[in-house]
Amino acid sequence: MITVNRYRCGYCGACVGACPQNAIDLIETFIEIDSNCNNCSICTKVCPMGALELVKDEE
Amino acid sequence: MKSEYDVIVVGGGPAGSLAARTAAQQGLEVLLIEKRQEIGDPVRCAEGVGKVGLAEYMDPDPNWICADIKKARIFSPDGTMIDISEKMAGNEVGYVLERKIFDRAVAKTAARAGAEVQVKTQATGLILEDGVVTGIRGKQRGNDFEARAKVVVGADGVESKVGRWAGINTTLKLKDVETCAQFLMTDIDIVPDSCDFYLGSKYAPGGYVWVFPKGKREANVGMGMLGSHYKGKHPIQYIRDFADWKFPEGKILETVVGAVPVSGMLPRLSTGGLVLVGDAGHVSDPITGGGIINGMASGRIAGHVIAECIKGGDVSAKALSKYDRLAREELGKSLDKNYKIKEVVTRVSDNTMNVVAHSLQGVEFENFTIPKLVKEIVTRNPGVIKELAGLI
Repeated sequence: MITVNRYRCGYCGACVGACPQNAIDLIETFIEIDSNCNNCSICTKVCPMGALELVKDEE
Repeated sequence: MKSEYDVIVVGGGPAGSLAARTAAQQGLEVLLIEKRQEIGDPVRCAEGVGKVGLAEYMDPDPNWICADIKKARIFSPDGTMIDISEKMAGNEVGYVLERKIFDRAVAKTAARAGAEVQVKTQATGLILEDGVVTGIRGKQRGNDFEARAKVVVGADGVESKVGRWAGINTTLKLKDVETCAQFLMTDIDIVPDSCDFYLGSKYAPGGYVWVFPKGKREANVGMGMLGSHYKGKHPIQYIRDFADWKFPEGKILETVVGAVPVSGMLPRLSTGGLVLVGDAGHVSDPITGGGIINGMASGRIAGHVIAECIKGGDVSAKALSKYDRLAREELGKSLDKNYKIKEVVTRVSDNTMNVVAHSLQGVEFENFTIPKLVKEIVTRNPGVIKELAGLI
């Protein structure tokens, strides 16, 4: 899954515009990722702050 | 807030405000919503704007002008400087704005023209009937609402979710997005009337570093890199490194991050009951990333077309495609051309940039045109023709 480091995030919306699933929403200072996310991790590459990370789901 | 309008504009940046203002001036009932609690903040911009373009839309006001720019200087990767006078420097030379105040001033002109403005009000979806957009679903301070409109304007910036809800693919590919980070730095030595650009893979792979003055010893110091050039280092780290090198004594007053579409204009900007303006329609310049003027231009065109369509009682995809046509006429040609140039220059090696910069030493840039410049580069550097072939 994709995790957001809220302490690092600059809430700019770059990830929202690049998400092919339209799975990300930015509300004020909060990034929310919904169940349409398929872990493609494009958002982690476009984030200016490096606040997004793909972490392995726990089995 | 009412439950029905002629036009609902989603996003209170300059593009949305111009659409709202133009539509309101035509006598339409307009709602302009901004999801943030303040219009203009937080800033996602280097704030440089061309004087000529700006004057089309706003009378210059010292309240939102930080610096008057006379020239540009471009530094190649090895530090070779190309000095460009105002006549040659083009749209990126003019003013450096205070967007926090500027965006409010533009929104105010929409409000004065009669548009209703609501902040902390987010669109969460569209109301669609038979494939035609007839309104929005939204949230205001935590409460859900629905509002109908004959036409919805997506002015939601780089996020561009409104278009996607209506079936327009606005998703930015990594090769078509500049991801950016900027510090507002103070107590630094700069040339206060020059916008400086630094090229090269060390500080800005597939992009550039900018130093845009906001005062005598203050500037926006930022960088943008192509998303496809990401190799484990994010913009915030690149600009930290640049600032440490160039302005080690500088103090940081603000951190700004964001992303800019550099895809060129979307193939389709409208559908039944919906148009996209500004960054949401990818009208920002693929080379410079500048989007304020193009955004306002698209907003104004949209406002006029919407008014015409609503008065004519036809807001179908076919009727609103007049906006596509006019926007493409006014902006499309240079965006297409600059997209092609961007596709080449983002691949040019540091070495070639240095060679070209060296060859241009002593060239008088006054009264220079881009074709003349390209010819000059090719004449002086027959060896780089292959790499630059796509430019010509």
